Amino acid sequence: MTARIGVVTFPGSLDDRDTQRAIRVAGAEPVALWHKDKDLKQVDAVVLCGGFSYGDYLRAGAIARFSPVMDTVIDQAKAGLPVLGICNGFQILTEAHLLPGGMLGNDHLHFICRDQKLRVENADTAWTTDYEAGQEIHIPLKNMDGRYVADRYTLDKLEAEGRVAFRYLDVNPNGSLNDIAGITNEAGNVVGLMPHPEHAVESLIGTGRTDGLPFFTSILKKLVNA
Amino acid sequence: MARVVVDVMLKPEILDPQGQAVQRALPRLGFEGISDVRQGKRFELEVDGPVDEAALARIHDLAESFLANTVIEDFTVRVEEVAEAAK
Repeated sequence: MTARIGVVTFPGSLDDRDTQRAIRVAGAEPVALWHKDKDLKQVDAVVLCGGFSYGDYLRAGAIARFSPVMDTVIDQAKAGLPVLGICNGFQILTEAHLLPGGMLGNDHLHFICRDQKLRVENADTAWTTDYEAGQEIHIPLKNMDGRYVADRYTLDKLEAEGRVAFRYLDVNPNGSLNDIAGITNEAGNVVGLMPHPEHAVESLIGTGRTDGLPFFTSILKKLVNA
Repeated sequence: MARVVVDVMLKPEILDPQGQAVQRALPRLGFEGISDVRQGKRFELEVDGPVDEAALARIHDLAESFLANTVIEDFTVRVEEVAEAAK
């Protein structure tokens, strides 16, 4: 038996097919989910993928957050459903207040696309157990609105509780506070990050490494062993 | 017939690089003496029917939950009378 992992497609999603492929490469079964459909088709986990849902109008992720599928995702995430938000998916998770803080335009006002070095800070979440805490990885990063911000209280709380899951190394590419690339919720089932692990699962393409694959093998192991 | 205006601004403690870019351009254009610029959003809502307390409360909820993200932004709601002749 394998796990069924849903990937939501919104109007303007870009990486839904790549994400489905990464899930398949890891050995799980990808399930396409549609933004207008409240039904999650009984998946065991959900990935909100990258792109520009609803054109990023208003704020990145702000309109997607109110789509029918998100009603169910929000309810089930609060009940423990594993949810991973990548890039635009991370923005949607902050807009939905499943993760604290918010995302704003890069401090240099340019789109960035680079091979980004990260440190895995938390290897205990549903999506990171196949990493080791402190491990350094290379994951592609591509975004306009990647600047993570939160008030001082929230930042201190995230740091104290070990909820910064990934941190930028060498270069802070967008002005994110505390070099934060990704965070987790308190329970560890909801994780969001700006870099794109689904673009780093096969050595042939992307960074030439498979540093993103453990996201998908971590969740598969968790679901199969559950 | 009335218009309700919702202004949304980044919270004061949050860096606004767009506002900074505008501010840095000012001396080049001959505008001196402006020490800071912050850029925000303005929404104009044309309301059918009277803008009574209940309507304003609804718009306040809309601004708080959707037009602004209160984690990073502040907002204000105000009524603007629209003159019939101007329509």
